[in-house]
Amino acid sequence: MTLGLFLEQLLNGVQFGVMLFLMAAGLTLVFGIMNLVNLAHGSLYMMGAYFTVAAVNWTGYYVAGVLLGLAATLLLGMLVEVVTLRTLYERDHLDQVLATFGLILFFNELVAILWGRTALDLARPEWLQGHIDLFASSRYPLYRAVIIGVGLAVAACLWYVVTRTRLGMLVRAGASNRTMVAALGVNIRLLYTFVFGFGAALAGLAGIMAGPIYAVQPGMGELILIQVFVVIVIGGIGSIRGSFVGALIVGIVDTLGRAFLKPLLGTVLSPSYADAAGPALASMLIYLLMALVLALRPEGLFPSRGS
Amino acid sequence: MLRKSLFAVAIAALAASPALAQQKSLKIGFITTLSGPAGIIGKHMRDSVEMALDHLGRKVGGLPTEVIYGDDQFKPDVGLQVAEEMMKKNGVDIMAGIIWSNVMLAVQPAVNKAGMIMVGTNAGPSPLAGSGCNELYFSTSWNNDQTPEAMGKFMQDQGINDVYLMAPNYQAGKDMAAGFKRYYKGRIVDEVFTRVGQPDYQAELSQLRAKNPKNVFVFYPGGMGVAFMKQWLEGGFRGQFPLYSVFTVDETTIPALKHAVLGQYETKFWSPDLKVPASQKYVADFQKKFGYTPAFYGAQSYDGILLIDSAVRAVKGNVKDTKGMVMAMRKANYNSIRGKFTFNTNHHPIQDFYLLRAVAGPAGKDPVMEIQKKVFENHKDSYYKDCKMKW
Repeated sequence: MTLGLFLEQLLNGVQFGVMLFLMAAGLTLVFGIMNLVNLAHGSLYMMGAYFTVAAVNWTGYYVAGVLLGLAATLLLGMLVEVVTLRTLYERDHLDQVLATFGLILFFNELVAILWGRTALDLARPEWLQGHIDLFASSRYPLYRAVIIGVGLAVAACLWYVVTRTRLGMLVRAGASNRTMVAALGVNIRLLYTFVFGFGAALAGLAGIMAGPIYAVQPGMGELILIQVFVVIVIGGIGSIRGSFVGALIVGIVDTLGRAFLKPLLGTVLSPSYADAAGPALASMLIYLLMALVLALRPEGLFPSRGS
Repeated sequence: MLRKSLFAVAIAALAASPALAQQKSLKIGFITTLSGPAGIIGKHMRDSVEMALDHLGRKVGGLPTEVIYGDDQFKPDVGLQVAEEMMKKNGVDIMAGIIWSNVMLAVQPAVNKAGMIMVGTNAGPSPLAGSGCNELYFSTSWNNDQTPEAMGKFMQDQGINDVYLMAPNYQAGKDMAAGFKRYYKGRIVDEVFTRVGQPDYQAELSQLRAKNPKNVFVFYPGGMGVAFMKQWLEGGFRGQFPLYSVFTVDETTIPALKHAVLGQYETKFWSPDLKVPASQKYVADFQKKFGYTPAFYGAQSYDGILLIDSAVRAVKGNVKDTKGMVMAMRKANYNSIRGKFTFNTNHHPIQDFYLLRAVAGPAGKDPVMEIQKKVFENHKDSYYKDCKMKW
């Protein structure tokens, strides 16, 4: 194992973490502020990818397609909030789980009806292809580097909005004490709709970026959703900072586990044991981590102040 | 008046009684994956079952037929639940389908224990071909090991050496690796097993590049294959490492991958361009009805219904005669899409395997798979000797 390879895997971990963060940011906001368990967050990720495929094919331009896809996901998120989720805030979590699970089924069937069950191709434009020569002998795909860049930029923007603007102040206040914010004359319903749409757009952005490298297909959101829940549990529900740190931790731990656990076990166990235990343990690693965090800090690493 | 009508009813009942011993209709329970990323495979299978019903005039074995489709959601426990429901609630006469080996290993024991015949139309876990074989279990596909065995043989014959092996970490993935290594005798650089359903392979691909193997062999069915192939192209691996695959590039994944698959080698027992009349008819009618080209998943399912048809015909519609049905099925007396074949003692086909290559399709269309040559003739799986069944 060379240093170059280790650094490359670290970068892979950061890239995976950044994708998880885009998903987790929206989910944790919705969970923290509206006290809503939204299983359908993965569907918004999927819809972002599908909208973009449609828009790119329609306009013929990648950037235009991405912007349209983002806008469409934002609107869809707000629509979903107004139509279905609004009635669920006062219900208990089980009702919310049931209703949003229903949304998953609805959206998966919807895309199957509209676009078919075959996975779609979302082609990257020329200028996003190719790779960067990072270290000796390792090439890093340019597109993955762009994902890291976009993800970090979004994180920075979010940090600015949440900590430095009036809107962010309301969001934070909403997470701490909803009743008080409403009592102070803030239209909390409108704020909810906006926050939900914004979270949907972030999930859509993750879906758009995932499109060219993963398969754009019905049910693509559920493949990543579980890890996103792990992220927000580790990071602390409702905390954006927590979801950022949690996402990076999960991304890096998962990636390094997949890459190095088997060779590492091979140094202490017999090869056949390492072959069997390595992949199994690697796929459990983030859940073990979550269990550890829950045991030591049940509130997560960065609990939001209100909870 | 009353007496007269009673009399008429009695006569009618008497006249009908010989027919009572006979079945009036047939119910087939067909389990596949109809939702989620693997739903596309289920679609090929379901459409092919419908195609077979069309060809049989909607009558399997001469009986009006109802096929009940069940969705296993790619989960063994759900598959088992669906199977139980079909047998107990819907009262199906025979079970068929199933894509995934792990689902099959959960469903098959329950179906056979209930005394019902199961016709597997894709999954080929090795236990069912060997020590776990069952009188009531038939496969119209293959044993998992066979397809990678063909690829292993091809690569061995070509003198290809230094192979890096990747597959998802479940029964079929292990079977694929075992089958490949049975015929490929060169050096294995490393064997990497990934999580089932994993969408991102960047970490594994970085490891692969660091090991710098001369060749790569993978098994990534369905959506996993789409993601893997995209990332393979994206990372600039194509052209740098020759890639050989099984169950990764086929008619379910080509629409998402397009030109990325050009030149890709696969091995299979069947391809849409196979020159067998029954197969050509199936493919042509299928394309006409559904507007796309069926993958082997569909061909096997079409075949499964024809196999059931031949058995129901042989027992003259008396599907309660399970023994007679099994006897009839063993003869494989129907127009299979793979051409004439025989069942081995473990109820798995003895069949040919071909080398396929993805080539450019008609102008403006997706690439197509083209048969290059025959790798195995009348190939038997390597587990049938462990099967204690005698017939």
